[in-house]
Amino acid sequence: MHKIWLIIQREYLTRVRKKSFIIMTFLTPLLLAAFMVIPAWLATVSNSDDVVMVLDESGLFADKLESKEDLKIIPIAASSLEQAKTAYQETDYTALLHIPKFDLDTPEGIRLYSKKNTSLQVKFRLENMLEKEIESQRFMASGIDREMLNKMKANVTMTTVNLSESGERDSNVWVTSGAGITGAVIIYFFIFLYGVQIMRGVIEEKTNRIVEVMISSVKPFQLMMGKIVGIAGVGLTQFLLWVVLSAIVVSGVQAAFGIKPAPTPIEQMQAGRDLATGEESTQTEETSQATTISEVSSAISNLNFPLLLGCFLFYFLGGYLLYGSLFGAIGAAVDNETDTQQFMFPITIPLIISFIMSYTVVIQNPDGPVAFWMSIIPFTSPIVMMVRIPFGVPASELLLSMGLLILGFIFTTWIASRIYRIGILMYGKKINYKELSKWLFYRV
Amino acid sequence: MSILKIDGVTKRYANHTALDNVSFDIPAGCIFGLLGPNGAGKTSLIRIITQITGADSGEIFFKGEKLRPSHIKSMGYLPEERGLYKKMKVGEQLLYLAQLKGLTKDEATARIKEWVLRFEIKEWMNKNIEDLSKGMQQKVQFMATVMHEPSLIILDEPFSGFDPINANLIKDEILRLRDNGATIIFSTHRMESVEELCDNIALINRSRKVLDGPVREIKDTYKTDTYQVIGNGQLLITSPDFEVLEQHDNHGVFRASIRLLDGASPNDLLRYLIQRVEVHSFVELVPSINDIFIRKVKETYHA
Repeated sequence: MHKIWLIIQREYLTRVRKKSFIIMTFLTPLLLAAFMVIPAWLATVSNSDDVVMVLDESGLFADKLESKEDLKIIPIAASSLEQAKTAYQETDYTALLHIPKFDLDTPEGIRLYSKKNTSLQVKFRLENMLEKEIESQRFMASGIDREMLNKMKANVTMTTVNLSESGERDSNVWVTSGAGITGAVIIYFFIFLYGVQIMRGVIEEKTNRIVEVMISSVKPFQLMMGKIVGIAGVGLTQFLLWVVLSAIVVSGVQAAFGIKPAPTPIEQMQAGRDLATGEESTQTEETSQATTISEVSSAISNLNFPLLLGCFLFYFLGGYLLYGSLFGAIGAAVDNETDTQQFMFPITIPLIISFIMSYTVVIQNPDGPVAFWMSIIPFTSPIVMMVRIPFGVPASELLLSMGLLILGFIFTTWIASRIYRIGILMYGKKINYKELSKWLFYRV
Repeated sequence: MSILKIDGVTKRYANHTALDNVSFDIPAGCIFGLLGPNGAGKTSLIRIITQITGADSGEIFFKGEKLRPSHIKSMGYLPEERGLYKKMKVGEQLLYLAQLKGLTKDEATARIKEWVLRFEIKEWMNKNIEDLSKGMQQKVQFMATVMHEPSLIILDEPFSGFDPINANLIKDEILRLRDNGATIIFSTHRMESVEELCDNIALINRSRKVLDGPVREIKDTYKTDTYQVIGNGQLLITSPDFEVLEQHDNHGVFRASIRLLDGASPNDLLRYLIQRVEVHSFVELVPSINDIFIRKVKETYHA
């Protein structure tokens, strides 16, 4: 045990002290902060100065086009378009909107003149305003006024509630899915990133020819497990530092700039749903936005965090150990990294499939047969089960899945150690699957 | 007393036999040559001794006890394929390898200090292995092998890759370790390179032991009572006690290989020669291990 501990320490320390580890660890939270701050900052900077001159020859829009905080409308009274153009040239306004006389049924010939290319945003907003106004005018013409119309509009936001024995809890499909997917994505990348590190480490020991020196002091199994556990430590350290540093950076940025963070994907999805109601935020929409946000936060606080976190750690480590030992075995079987392709394939396939399935089939039907089986089978369960857990999984299924995962990694570790003990002393030989399967039953 | 007793060891791989019923003893405190051509089975035997692999049948006894994992820390093994962690500092690497051999951190640090003084390598301790020259890496590797003061040191092809200066340094270290009580096994196919160092040898060919024993005895057994004589004068041997195998004359200087027959002693030959010619050099022609090996292999194949 003492020796395996020494190996774990070495594997851990040499990696944690690497420049690439330190850079990655500190850069990622900074990038996260940048993603948060820059859009918010851009939003405050760019939209301030749009000013549009309007020459309304139709007379339909007099006083109807209202200035907004970030889009000023200046009606001008010019006798001709040419005169308006020359007037516009002398200013530094964004654009000149020319509304000719037109028929309410066929609104054509409206033009936007500008010195530079106008932004799409300005164009869309003006179009939107005009459309709204024309629609209103048409409603008026057919005897319906705006007030009436607003009353008729329907706006439905459904609150989903979980009924369980412990009582009712507000839930939110977006939050639930988001929590699951986040866990699954992290596990997926962790397995890949650090699994490959195990493989590289083994290949490095082989190519450096240190392996024989090592296994005259320790058992091959100790060397392999030491490496796997040491690298798991590196991964957990990085993950923990990311969480802590991100929290510090994010709260620091918020405090320093007083910026509200850019909406999270969940909020954006929510907002996207509300977009249908129109560009102008009316009173009702604002309240609905507010209820959505409070709903999201209540749903977040209603997630079972201890369970979620516990399961995350379990599947995180379980999945890593299961695949990590296989990555180690690949490293032992080959002489250099270019030979790893043929063996990598069968390992990456279940990972990629479970990743793709988890945000398509599984998320749509978390209790369906595909989701069930994939969350039970050890090779896919670490990713798929993470997606299912926030939706609620029966304890029996969870225990079955966990039990099988433990059996799974004991099994893969056994296979890996059989391949490893032979492979590390094998040089200059191209290995195929037949050869590998023979190694499983060699006596050493 | 023997430090290692190898008793009927056999090791088979999928399609060949690496060792076939090999038995011999290695006496404590000697330098032992494990000799034989490439592929004879030397490395297989060493890997069984160092417990990297196991024998299919047969036993090995270390200091009279059946080989077991705890013996590992009394052994130091320098494999033919050498290597160190390239990105690790020399000091850390030595500390790590010594600790894996069972030294405590303090012991290991103290030993490293001694060796640093002996090899005068203080300024390398904080360098990465990859920044050292090949010869320096070899020195570090040798240190790592003997750092834990093993009673059995196994060196597989020890002098390949060493420049002559470092090779001599290592030879001196090996002799010093032997004088301190360690037993050293040299495994090599270049028999002449270790001949003058070895006290005992075992010859292995095609997975079988051909011959083993103290070098002196083996040479005595295989010596042919032949002497090389160089001198001035006209040499003409007519005595039935001596047989001339080879003779060259060049401007009154002769060189001859003469064999003693029928129990004649070297002194008889010398006396005979002194009466007739002026002797400048009189040397026994001892067969080299290489010669003995070739003779022995021929014998076993013709028999």
